[in-house]
Amino acid sequence: MERTTLDLWVGMFVVAGIGALVMLAMKVGNLGTYNMSESYQVQAYFSNIGGLKPKASIKSAGVLVGRVVDITLDTEKYEAKVVMSIDKRYQFPKDTFASILTSGLLGEQYIGLSAGGDTETLKAGEVIKQTQSATVLEDLIGKFIYNKASEPAK
Amino acid sequence: MTIANTIRGVGHRTVNAVWRIGLATRFFLQILRFSDTSFRRFRLIKKELFSTGVMSLIIIVVAGLFVGMVLGLQGYETLKRYGSESALGVMVALGLVRELGPVVAALLFASRAGSAMTAEIGLMKATEQISAMEMMAVNPIARIVAPRFWAGVISMPLLAALFSAMGIFGGYFVGVVQIGVDEGSFWSQMQAAVDFKHDIMNGVLKSFVFGTVVTVIALFEGYDAPPTAEGVSGATTRTVVTSSLAILMLDFVLTAMMFGGA
Repeated sequence: MERTTLDLWVGMFVVAGIGALVMLAMKVGNLGTYNMSESYQVQAYFSNIGGLKPKASIKSAGVLVGRVVDITLDTEKYEAKVVMSIDKRYQFPKDTFASILTSGLLGEQYIGLSAGGDTETLKAGEVIKQTQSATVLEDLIGKFIYNKASEPAK
Repeated sequence: MTIANTIRGVGHRTVNAVWRIGLATRFFLQILRFSDTSFRRFRLIKKELFSTGVMSLIIIVVAGLFVGMVLGLQGYETLKRYGSESALGVMVALGLVRELGPVVAALLFASRAGSAMTAEIGLMKATEQISAMEMMAVNPIARIVAPRFWAGVISMPLLAALFSAMGIFGGYFVGVVQIGVDEGSFWSQMQAAVDFKHDIMNGVLKSFVFGTVVTVIALFEGYDAPPTAEGVSGATTRTVVTSSLAILMLDFVLTAMMFGGA
């Protein structure tokens, strides 16, 4: 085979392969959505985070505004300390309410932020005071059974 | 007497197997040692890239497309029962990027390119071309074997990435275009669940390992083949069988190391 045709084919093969890899990284992986331009970090304490994982999404009114960076156990309060990275474009009032929600019945868990009415906004490094822990299915079932049992028999 | 013979047979086979593994390792080290020529004359690798990479493109693209389409169909059937069809994208993407892409592409590569390599080198040996090279003081490992090895190592991750990309496209086609899963959740859940480093790079690493193993086995079997028609055909068969088994076993080991602890 002629040298230039061979070079052309090999070049096309390599470009196609690398193109596929880039497409995987951008379209399939989270590399494209990941590096939010600029962000600030806030913290929140939850008594139970359920199945929340690092990199879980943070949504407000259903819009993706940030991601969970780090989850650790605070050994003073014995509560989970969740560090969140939120896009700089979105500012939240100081009395924002953070709750751990589940997308769908058995879907992944995420943090939902609902804004309060405070005029001051959250600054980097500050703590979201009002939080609601994840709903643990076992607790829910336990409560249900307890309520049933305490009902007077008819 | 027969018992002693049987035991002797087992021992003989074990020693033989270990002996061959040792020979293959030495062969691999020799390839690495004499690789400098093929990088100084990159044209040698390019020629092999054409016959291993470019010629495998069609089988990889078609196979990837259909594997993805089947994944889309089967995944939808199963996920529908739990009302989570929107997770179809996650299932297709993770299945392809982590496992099916590297493994099936490597299996196809072993039977498409690996067998050709073995047959080619075996026939070169049978027609005494390799001896002729040695007579002319040309190192056959540097001139014939090393370029093929590097071409295999380079093309395998690219082929696996193409396979995964085509498969995801196939899954998208069946799931979104034909069945009607929501397009937005198909892509967004996929992007939320697939991690670049943890999933995609580990898949690339896997295919890199498979590429190395398959090409070393193919080249070794060819170089080691008895110089007869029967010997070459036996070596070609052994290449496909051994490298397929090696891929599947190594895949388990690699998966256990990469994803087992998480």
